[in-house]
Amino acid sequence: MFNTLNEKLQSVFKKMRGEARITEDNIKEAIRQVKMAMLEADVNYKVVKKFISGVQEKALGEEVLKSLSADQVFIKIVNDELTSILGGEDPSASKITLSSTPPTIIMLVGLQGSGKTTTAGKLAKHFQKNDKRVLMVADDIYRPAAIDQLEVLGKQLGVDVYSDKDNKNAVDIAQKSYEYAKKSAKDIVIIDTAGRLHVNNELMDELFNIKKAVSPDEILFVADAMTGQDAVNVATKFNNDLDISGVILTKLDGDARGGAALSIREVTGKPLKYVGVGEKLDAFEPFYPDRMASRILGM
Amino acid sequence: LGKKEIDEELLDELEELFVTSDIGVSTTMKIIDDLRNDVSRKILKNPQQLKNALKQKLTEILDIDNELVKTDDKPYVILVTGVNGAGKTTSIAKLAKMFKENGMSVMLAAGDTFRAAAIEQLEIWGERAGVPVVKQKAGSDSAAVVYDAVLSAKSKKIDVVIADTAGRLHTKDNLMNELKKISRVVKKEMPDAPHEVLLVLDATSGQNAVAQAKTFGTEIGVTGVILTKLDGTAKGGVIVGIVDEMQLPVKFIGFGESMDDLKPFDAGEFVEALFESADETDYS
Ligand SMILES: Nc1nc2c(ncn2[C@@H]2O[C@H](COP(=O)(O)OP(=O)(O)OP(=O)(O)O)[C@@H](O)[C@H]2O)c(=O)[nH]1
Ligand SMILES: Nc1nc2c(ncn2[C@@H]2O[C@H](COP(=O)(O)OP(=O)(O)OP(=O)(O)O)[C@@H](O)[C@H]2O)c(=O)[nH]1
Ligand SMILES: [K+]
Ligand SMILES: [Mg+2]
Ligand SMILES: [Mg+2]
Repeated sequence: MFNTLNEKLQSVFKKMRGEARITEDNIKEAIRQVKMAMLEADVNYKVVKKFISGVQEKALGEEVLKSLSADQVFIKIVNDELTSILGGEDPSASKITLSSTPPTIIMLVGLQGSGKTTTAGKLAKHFQKNDKRVLMVADDIYRPAAIDQLEVLGKQLGVDVYSDKDNKNAVDIAQKSYEYAKKSAKDIVIIDTAGRLHVNNELMDELFNIKKAVSPDEILFVADAMTGQDAVNVATKFNNDLDISGVILTKLDGDARGGAALSIREVTGKPLKYVGVGEKLDAFEPFYPDRMASRILGM
Repeated sequence: LGKKEIDEELLDELEELFVTSDIGVSTTMKIIDDLRNDVSRKILKNPQQLKNALKQKLTEILDIDNELVKTDDKPYVILVTGVNGAGKTTSIAKLAKMFKENGMSVMLAAGDTFRAAAIEQLEIWGERAGVPVVKQKAGSDSAAVVYDAVLSAKSKKIDVVIADTAGRLHTKDNLMNELKKISRVVKKEMPDAPHEVLLVLDATSGQNAVAQAKTFGTEIGVTGVILTKLDGTAKGGVIVGIVDEMQLPVKFIGFGESMDDLKPFDAGEFVEALFESADETDYS
């Protein structure tokens, strides 16, 4: 049995050796293997189809079959294409833009349980290390103990947390936290919002109104690396409603292949900026397109 | 699926429907290849028959015994596990409410001693459900908390103990060992406990849920699944392969954030919802 995509492609190309060029006919099986690998990695079905036709176009006519390592040349075409879609061409797009007029406001949004609150703590720690004055805003007024959760993280880090347990208006809390941040000369404001479904119009409106109230410099969509095919529906809706500025992919410390990264990138066109690789607040890294490409392909 | 004839295009559409519901390529291929045979042998003559056959096949796979394990032990101990953020703590609140409504007394164990404010979260749910919560301070030994709860429930003649645990990825050996320890310690007091080990799976998750089910299943002997977050547009199709391969029943589904949003899994209803997605969730 061939386990990895590498091995499968090796065997496919062995059979083709001696033929001069890649043609639509002789590449079929190799393409099928890539398609299967990507679907197993949870890349969305339509996104896979589109990606595959792009790769096929790139590969057609290449004189790779004569070479002894045709499989490697083919893999490289696939890998390069994937890396480039994931953001390979412009690594600076993956940085968080700091506002020229502080505070820089960062708003975290996403589905329930994706890792927003933890990521707020991770971002706070990240900026704290860079000597920034950070404020975290407990703007999840729904989840039981959501405010406590952020306050515990704030205490652990020694980072200021704005909260108001009596205020039942998330837009108002955001507005007031912004005023507080200006008064206390904060450099960075990180707004933790409640998890919500993209199909919950009322709660999506709430996010839109928070956005309108404080004009965030960054709206980051926090997504779970284990997300399956539905990632495209969710990301599309959050992006359409809020015009997100980037994506953070969490829980990459497990063995999920993380195909959602490609799906989200493809349907939103927005850069992946950071990844979460653990529950602790320092388990946070920049996003590397090449590593993600290999991971999705299972190599 | 509104066609007159069964052709390759229709089979492709079905493949797309299944894969985009997270059923997974290999399970999808397996099911569709089976049907392709029936089509070529003219057993299935038109799309409607094909669709019905598919529904029937999926329902057969999913419709395995999913009653809660029965025992005369008291308390009945349920250990709730799963990866981070899947919906364990919320599902526990929902279960507590369900048991209470069935006339049973319930106690919760705050076994997640790790995540920030996990104990407070369970306490709030306990208050809302009107059930006591046994806890120690953050950072304490999770097995000790659960053991305490079992002892306390025994002395107070409480019917059901539901233990929360910290979210953990199945790839982390040390954390999986901690779960085994909880089970081991509880057995000292009650050899057949935990009577149920429920794995909470997020319907939004893709193929990684298969690895979760396999590892939690073999490491700590999961007895059933709670499939959460079915109120979104995700269909939770990954469960098909899991039930098929592991004969692990889905016992409950979660479909919202409030205490009422839980009910026993119903295979037929689940399969109908899978097919609904074809018209509803078309992103383009
Ligand atoms: N293993 C791992 N766990 C993570 C990571 N990021 C977050 N978590 C865990 O995922 C779970 C959910 O994280 P939260 O930060 O509470 O998620 P949230 O999006 O704020 O959840 P809601 O507010 O309920 O929508 C917690 O158990 C976190 O510890 C990560 O990168 N790796
Ligand atoms: N829409 C929806 N949200 C849910 C459902 N079940 C849980 N949630 C939400 O998902 C988020 C995480 O739920 P928790 O119960 O805290 O999950 P958990 O598995 O205990 O998380 P950790 O303890 O951090 O691993 C919360 O925002 C819940 O309100 C559900 O069935 N539908
Ligand atoms: K659904
Ligand atoms: Mg949160
Ligand atoms: Mg929990």
